[in-house]
Amino acid sequence: MFASHPPLFSNPPHPREVIMLSKRFRLPNSASIDTFLAHGGYRSFRKALEMTADEIIAEVKTSNLRGRGGAGFPTGLKMGFVPRNSPKPKYIVVNADESEPGTCKDRLLMEYDPHSLLEGMLIAARAIDAKKGYIYIRGEYRYLIHILDRAIEEAYRHGYLGRNILGTGMDFDAYTHSGAGAYECGEESALLESLEGKRGVPRIKPPFPAQVGAFQCPTMLSNVETFCSIPYIVEMGGKAYADLGVEKAGGTKLTCLTGHLNKPGVYELPLGFPVDQLIHDVGGGIPGGRKLKAFIPGGSSCPVLTAKECEGLTMDYDAMAKRGTMLGSGGVVVMDESTDMVKVALRIMRFYQHESCGWCIPCREGTTWLRKMLQRFDEGLGRRHEIAMIGELAKNMLGRTFCALGDAAALPTISIVEKFYDEFERKLNAVSAPVPAPGPFPVLNDPPPLGVGR
Amino acid sequence: MANLVKFTIDGRELEAAPGTLVIDAAKRAGIEIPAFCYYEGLSLQGACRMCMVEVERMPKLQTACTLPVAEGMVVRTDTPQVAQARKGTLEFLLTNHPLDCPVCDKGGECELQDMVFRYGAGESRFTEIKHHVDEKQWSPVVYFDAPRCILCYRCVRVCDEGMGVGALGVVNRGVVAEIAPNHGDHLECDECGMCIDICPVGALTSGAYRYKTRPWEMEHVGTICTHCSNGCRTTLGVRNNQIIRGNNRDSSGINGEFLCIKGRYAFDFYDHPDRLQAPLMKVNGKLEPVSWSQALAAVARKFSDVKARGGNFGVIGSNRTTNEENFYLQKFARQVLGTNNLDHRRSGDIVSLLDALHGQQTALATTADLYQAKAVVVISADLALEHPLLSWQIRANWRHHAAHVYVVTTEPVREDKYSVNAARCAPGQELETLQALRPQLVDEPELIFVFGDTIKGEKVRKLVEFGASLGKPVKYVCLVDYANSRGAMDMGLTPELLPGYRASGMPGLTIAEMLAAEDLDVLWVVGANPLAGASLAARGAFVVVQDLFLTETAQAADVVFPACSAYEKNGTVTNVTGEVQRLKRAVQAMGTKPDLEIIGLLAREMGEAAQLGPWSADKVFAEIRATVPGYNVPLPVILTGGAAQTSPVNGRVEAPARPELIRSARNGLFSSGTLGRYSNVLHSVLEGRRQP
Ligand SMILES: Cc1cc2nc3c(=O)[nH]c(=O)nc-3n(C[C@H](O)[C@H](O)[C@H](O)COP(=O)(O)O)c2cc1C
Ligand code: SF4
Ligand code: SF4
Ligand code: SF4
Ligand code: SF4
Ligand code: FES
Repeated sequence: MFASHPPLFSNPPHPREVIMLSKRFRLPNSASIDTFLAHGGYRSFRKALEMTADEIIAEVKTSNLRGRGGAGFPTGLKMGFVPRNSPKPKYIVVNADESEPGTCKDRLLMEYDPHSLLEGMLIAARAIDAKKGYIYIRGEYRYLIHILDRAIEEAYRHGYLGRNILGTGMDFDAYTHSGAGAYECGEESALLESLEGKRGVPRIKPPFPAQVGAFQCPTMLSNVETFCSIPYIVEMGGKAYADLGVEKAGGTKLTCLTGHLNKPGVYELPLGFPVDQLIHDVGGGIPGGRKLKAFIPGGSSCPVLTAKECEGLTMDYDAMAKRGTMLGSGGVVVMDESTDMVKVALRIMRFYQHESCGWCIPCREGTTWLRKMLQRFDEGLGRRHEIAMIGELAKNMLGRTFCALGDAAALPTISIVEKFYDEFERKLNAVSAPVPAPGPFPVLNDPPPLGVGR
Repeated sequence: MANLVKFTIDGRELEAAPGTLVIDAAKRAGIEIPAFCYYEGLSLQGACRMCMVEVERMPKLQTACTLPVAEGMVVRTDTPQVAQARKGTLEFLLTNHPLDCPVCDKGGECELQDMVFRYGAGESRFTEIKHHVDEKQWSPVVYFDAPRCILCYRCVRVCDEGMGVGALGVVNRGVVAEIAPNHGDHLECDECGMCIDICPVGALTSGAYRYKTRPWEMEHVGTICTHCSNGCRTTLGVRNNQIIRGNNRDSSGINGEFLCIKGRYAFDFYDHPDRLQAPLMKVNGKLEPVSWSQALAAVARKFSDVKARGGNFGVIGSNRTTNEENFYLQKFARQVLGTNNLDHRRSGDIVSLLDALHGQQTALATTADLYQAKAVVVISADLALEHPLLSWQIRANWRHHAAHVYVVTTEPVREDKYSVNAARCAPGQELETLQALRPQLVDEPELIFVFGDTIKGEKVRKLVEFGASLGKPVKYVCLVDYANSRGAMDMGLTPELLPGYRASGMPGLTIAEMLAAEDLDVLWVVGANPLAGASLAARGAFVVVQDLFLTETAQAADVVFPACSAYEKNGTVTNVTGEVQRLKRAVQAMGTKPDLEIIGLLAREMGEAAQLGPWSADKVFAEIRATVPGYNVPLPVILTGGAAQTSPVNGRVEAPARPELIRSARNGLFSSGTLGRYSNVLHSVLEGRRQP
């Protein structure tokens, strides 16, 4: 059925990893239903079929699973918000728009274990009484649509999708839907607009998708990794899953290590993993023995931390919040002392100004202004009083935009200009450096990217 | 109401119904919350972020345009944080704005200027290069200057939601996001200009108005559109005796801010180069300009002669002249000329309707009723094209009150899109098809039937019977063509009916009969064009025409009087739903006189003025109010530019309805009878040229 597909990883997992979501990544033909079934696939779904909807939701609540898309909202609560007895149809929508710079985990799940996503959707569908589910995939992941479509086809053939699933009377159809290359369409309400065939701009909230989602109907919308985690919760029980992590954040999380590291890659680590070990043990340390300068814990939307702020920090939602940043999507970016922070700010802002949907004024105009200004700074054409202005302008965006993209653009900018003020000062009269073309995130100074992609 | 929500804004204790938005509650209390994208009646956007307010116990500023009031809510609009947010947002907004106020059409009445003046910073910190896009022309009437656009999406919404057209959208994203027309580089739409009007800035400008004036140089005259029968109030911008602009931004009148292409632009016929500026008289078989006194004397002499020898007169009136003119004309015909050979072109069977209703005064719907009624049934009419305001009202009713709309037509119409049932019928089978809707219609708490010219005579009676059989409050709108078609019937411009639908009791010729009568001595046509596509049997008849242009009829005349258009005179007109409104003179056209004055001067010339009374519009209107049933409307309402509905019959109509004479001209959006032929705008738009 599937052309022979080598395993994702040939190396053994890092000893500190807790392998669960990634357990099939090391199998050949991991995407095929045969492999999936041979390795425990759809067992949790069968188990869920014996459970009531309330029991499933209760387990998810107990598991302390928090959304893996970035906001970290408790998934059990979200499921509970869906009005199950509404006369309207209910929908499952999977956010597979994975576009947060630094994040590349959903891709692996869909490419190497697509059936686990379907299984998670099926369990969730059972819990909220949904009959249809959509997987909204970013346009750049077109090749994954192919893989998912084949998995869906297999699932239909094996009776896991369609009418009267496994003779239980449950009906469920799954569809893939391609985005067209807009980061904003990862924002849940913009995603729904796009799914409905409209322009991808966000909706006024409330109401939230749980009440009024796809096609104006109650919808459970979650991230790929979130759905993929549900089968394990059902399998091991919410309590056991919660115990893998820390208080108020259960389970494991695929963590994407990028930047100045000897061993970048995607690692499955329990919530609450120490940052220090993340960099120096799992990530293999910083090349050339250089020192850590800045740290992004979960994608470019998070405020940047200094090396000092990373001391004693652990990878969980509350610990990050206490340091004024976020766990986000799990896209870690490590920047060593050779990094030019003005360039980092520019690269981040260039991304957001390119991705701003344009719906609201502060984000549309703010990102553009800041991008132009940061560009000038990078070229050595900044003016002293403008250093503070960068922060001020970002603050004029913060909390005032229509959706969180504006905040996502403002937060890292504010943190960089406040924490690395001197680098902006130093650039004031610097000789104009060539402006790098838009490339992979982040843009690094000479010497060129060590560790990245290794 | 018991269940009002209590809350405070800026320390003032207020109450409002649950669900009221903070921005509306504040406005009612006289507290201004600045807004660009919020627009009453259109869907919410939350896009401009101008309306941010502080709300106690909410960490972030909230948009007042999306936030409903809640019990105990404490809102502040007057804090430094709010002021700073407004300033910051305006600063962002101006970054890519061209600030070409000195040449911008909107300068002086621009919402962005006003906002920056009141809430913005005095200086700009933006020193980068602005994003620029060249101006585009989307149609002869719609131009778009993207850099001025603030992306408030009002235009998109008014076109989609208000007009039901949906010709505008947004392309691209981020700072290069841009409003775009439905055909990529040009518009194909209603060309109504609503989008231009609603634009808070000078991004959308009108081909008819752009670069002609500064807004403060104009005087604004509120009058009534002379085209269709819907009777929209239009505020004309006048400078140096020229109408430069039509709109209704002050939302006065029955139409609020609505105007179609005709109301907004097609006043332009008034200064068409072909406009008649002096009386014409046939000299050696050719029409030559003469003085008013010569022309008046010649006509009076002829009228007196024919009258003295008991000759035959035929008088044809207009669907656009004022009630006063029509009333005076019928009085002249009946009292001075002693004839009942008096008619006008009839376009809807209002007589049968009034008769069938037996004078049930409450059964005639108003324009406002169409916005309030729980259900509306449209029979035999393409309202969006033929009666744009009625269509707008019904659409708004559906959007705001979820009104049930039913359609019974032979062809698809725009109302189909939001109808609960759009039934197609074979021509002539409207009532049979309507019967099939009965099971749905009986469940409606109230209904309005709107019907076109194919429902006439017996069919009107049957429709009213059908309506009565539903056992619910039912109202009707009988569609007619032009600005004063309804008034012409009400004022007795027919052989069989006197003003107020009293039987004349005397026989008289209809238009067709006049044209066919070989022994006709005089044909007097006031503001009509009966000889377009027809001929006059009486070769030797003396033809007198009052008109704006040398129409087919005027070309055949012995004497032509140059008449004023509706924009050049005072008086009243009665719209399709029987609402009387006042025309106000906006400009003066050289050499012309109002029809009322022409008729009055003729009476004086004939020495008959005394019995007809003075020919000032106010005096004649006073007489109408005193003598025509139903027209005793409250004067202050009319004088202040309001609309008052008439109820002209209180019982049966004691004269036959003559349904065989009824035929609508079925003018679409881009035509308006003879007058429409002289509007450059209506010819310029693509859609108008396509339409037959
Ligand atoms: C600008 C923006 C982009 C986002 N992009 C993604 C995305 O690519 N993938 C994702 O799962 N969530 C994304 N989110 C978060 C979603 O809005 C939403 O919170 C999430 O999908 C919910 O799923 P979860 O509860 O499983 O995290 C984005 C949010 C914003 C504001
Ligand atoms: S903050 Fe505004 S402009 Fe930016 S992506 Fe969200 S809605 Fe669009
Ligand atoms: S002119 Fe009227 S119909 Fe045309 S785009 Fe503007 S609002 Fe829409
Ligand atoms: S063109 Fe005018 S109305 Fe339309 S979005 Fe731009 S500013 Fe608003
Ligand atoms: S709808 Fe009729 S009355 Fe209104 S503006 Fe158009 S033509 Fe004039
Ligand atoms: S008026 Fe509230 S966001 Fe525009």
